[in-house]
Amino acid sequence: MNLTIIKYNAGNIQSVLYALERIGAAAVVSDDPQLIASSDKVIFPGVGEASSAMTYLRERNLDRLLKDLSQPVLGICLGMQLMCARSEENDTNCLGIFDEEVKKFTPGTKEWKVPQIGWNNIHHLKTGLFRNVQEGSFCYFVHGYAVSLGSHTIAETDYILPYSSALNRKNFYGVQFHPEKSAVVGEQILKNFLSI
Amino acid sequence: MGPFITPIGQATENNRWAGYKPGIWAGLNNNKLIFVLTKRIIPCLDIRDGRTVKGVNFEDIRDAGDPVELGSFYARQGADELVFLDITATHEKRKTLHELVNRIAHQINIPFTVGGGISSPQDVSILLQNGADKISVNTAAFERPELVTQLAREFGSQCVVLAIDTKREADGQWYVYLNGGRKKTGMSCYEWASRAVDLGAGEILLTSMNHDGTKSGFAIDITRKLALGLPVPVIASGGGGNLSHFEEVFEQGKADAALAASIFHFKEVAIPELKRYLQDRNIPMRLP
Repeated sequence: MNLTIIKYNAGNIQSVLYALERIGAAAVVSDDPQLIASSDKVIFPGVGEASSAMTYLRERNLDRLLKDLSQPVLGICLGMQLMCARSEENDTNCLGIFDEEVKKFTPGTKEWKVPQIGWNNIHHLKTGLFRNVQEGSFCYFVHGYAVSLGSHTIAETDYILPYSSALNRKNFYGVQFHPEKSAVVGEQILKNFLSI
Repeated sequence: MGPFITPIGQATENNRWAGYKPGIWAGLNNNKLIFVLTKRIIPCLDIRDGRTVKGVNFEDIRDAGDPVELGSFYARQGADELVFLDITATHEKRKTLHELVNRIAHQINIPFTVGGGISSPQDVSILLQNGADKISVNTAAFERPELVTQLAREFGSQCVVLAIDTKREADGQWYVYLNGGRKKTGMSCYEWASRAVDLGAGEILLTSMNHDGTKSGFAIDITRKLALGLPVPVIASGGGGNLSHFEEVFEQGKADAALAASIFHFKEVAIPELKRYLQDRNIPMRLP
């Protein structure tokens, strides 16, 4: 199986590569459209800011390419948010794979810290992405924006309000947490994606 | 834990969360059952020339002087994050640190922060490229506050941890100290922390010099002041000596995370025992 991690101007790409290595999967990091299009599976990772990431993708025509992929695609954190229609982060139009809006966490009181940083539960798990993952498992999150619950939601997490910690539509999957940093639970989720 | 949440304890075989993983932590918010972000336990490893500094004695691992082995051990024990603090004196040894960070990133499946001697975006870029999740800045950020802004813009606030060494003076005020606590400033701790958050710091690592090494408990008052006053997470450090000190820093100090070094290294406190203790006292913990 060949596996491509999309290279763009976002952080944390190496961490995804290393996590895949730990579970015995070799991947390449690339922004070569042909290579991406011909991969069996594609991972779209990222930590960073939405508008500059979208600009980078558009300049390289990766935005169109990503939308048209028919093999399994996994967006991680910013990657998942960019797969939505729009983000409040600098008012950015995104890829529109999931017809959802990414909204800023709005804490009612100062006790809620934004961004959310740390380990939180995922529950109401659906699809094979969460095979052998128990309800209420802990994953590591770092994010200041989130997607509300909707028809594409395949995992929920509560912070200020319940929100989508994972999305799925057809061949596209997205997770808001970082499986590459979520200990054995994250490794199981990556393994599941590889066997989809 | 946010406001309005009444803890109800853990899921069990028999209660309404039957089917959920036993031990997960839930609370009630307006009568709706929800889950919460957990508090974090963070072991800190001091590094010199690519090796852990303090003599640790673990029969469970082959080479406790190897930061990767020790870090993996803590990750398996349930540590939520790791901090590697490089105290290498010379600049030539930075390459050793970069290689080490790369090895850590390959081996360890939880987030880690690297700190010590970071003074430019170039320093940060190399560490992040080698797989660090966050970096911490201290003296350089105080001397050049624009560094915090620069780092936040270039790499995102989520990876910029501002470390502050603070000491309460005879006047009862907490002041910022630099250069590993050797140089006093006239700046108040809260003022600097608050300014750094405005500049883009995503987290504060607060070490009380009055408490560090004493094992007499964390500095509750200044931790609480920062944790309640700032919109970003606060990691309390310095003074954790027993289980109840951690309970205190989360309950009264309102810390989001607690960091300790030697009590973990010398097995005075074991992470699984600590996390179970806190969970039993309704402090939300990740129990792997």
